Amino acid sequence: MWVYEKALLYPVRVTRPDPRMAKNIITQYGGPDGELAASLRYLTQRYTMPIPQAIGVLTDIGTEELAHMEIVAALVYNLIRDAPLSEIKAVGLDAYYADHDRALYFVNAAGAPWTASYIQSKGDPVTDLHEDMAAEQKARSTYEYLIDLSDDPDVIDVLRWLREREVVHFQRFGETLNLVHDYLNSRHVF
Amino acid sequence: MDAGRDELLNRIRALQFTAVELGLFLDTHPEDARALADYNAASQELMRLKETYEQRYGPLLDYGFSLSPQSWRWIEEPWPWQVSM
Repeated sequence: MWVYEKALLYPVRVTRPDPRMAKNIITQYGGPDGELAASLRYLTQRYTMPIPQAIGVLTDIGTEELAHMEIVAALVYNLIRDAPLSEIKAVGLDAYYADHDRALYFVNAAGAPWTASYIQSKGDPVTDLHEDMAAEQKARSTYEYLIDLSDDPDVIDVLRWLREREVVHFQRFGETLNLVHDYLNSRHVF
Repeated sequence: MDAGRDELLNRIRALQFTAVELGLFLDTHPEDARALADYNAASQELMRLKETYEQRYGPLLDYGFSLSPQSWRWIEEPWPWQVSM
C-alpha cells in the first residue's frame, strides 16, 4: 500500500523556461542513476533483506525516491512547459518532441529509454547494499554535474537539496550494511 | 497559490522532512531515545498543521487518510507540479 500526498517534499520554483537544462535533468527521472531506478531498485530488493532495519531502510528510502522522482518531474515539466519550439529545436530536444511533445518520459540525457538492466536485485544483502551505496554515489555525482551545467539559482537550489539526500542515504545504507554484517557474523556463533 | 497557503505548506514540508530524516535515522538506530522523542514531537506538530491546512485548502491525502466533508476537493488544482512562473 502506498499513499499519495498532494505536496512536493521539497518546493520547486521555476522562473523561466530552460529546455536545455530540462534535457539534462531528465536523466535523473529516467536515466541509469535517476530516481526511478533508485526507487524501484530499493523497493524490489527489500523482500530478501534478512533484518528488519534493512527492510525498513529500503522501504523508506525507496519511498522517498518516489517523492524525489516527482520533484525532478516538476522541474523538467516546468522548464519545458513554456519553451517555444524554436528553442526546443535549438537545444536538440526536437527528437524528444517528435515522440513525446512536452510530456514526461523515462529517458536519460541522451534520450535512451529507462531499462530494468540499470538495476540489480541479487538476493545477497551484502551485494545489494553495496550496489545501493554505489547508486547513491552515482546519483550524487550526477547532481553535481547538473549543478555545474545550470546557471539558474532556483534550479540549483533544488538540485543541491537532492544531492544532499544522496549523501544521507549513502550514510544510512552504510549503517545498514554494518548491521547486516553483524547479523551474518552472529549467526555463526553458537 | 496564495502566500498564506505557501507559507503553511512550507512549514508542513519542513516538519515532514524532519520526520523523514528522523525516521530513516531510527531505522538504523531504533534504540535512540532522543531521536524517537524528536520524531514523535515533529510528527505530532505535523499532524496538527496538516489538519489546519486541510481544513482551509482541502485534503493532502486520499484513500481514506483525509476527510473531505463538504465536497470532493481532492481534484482541485493546483497539483504539486503546477507551480506558477
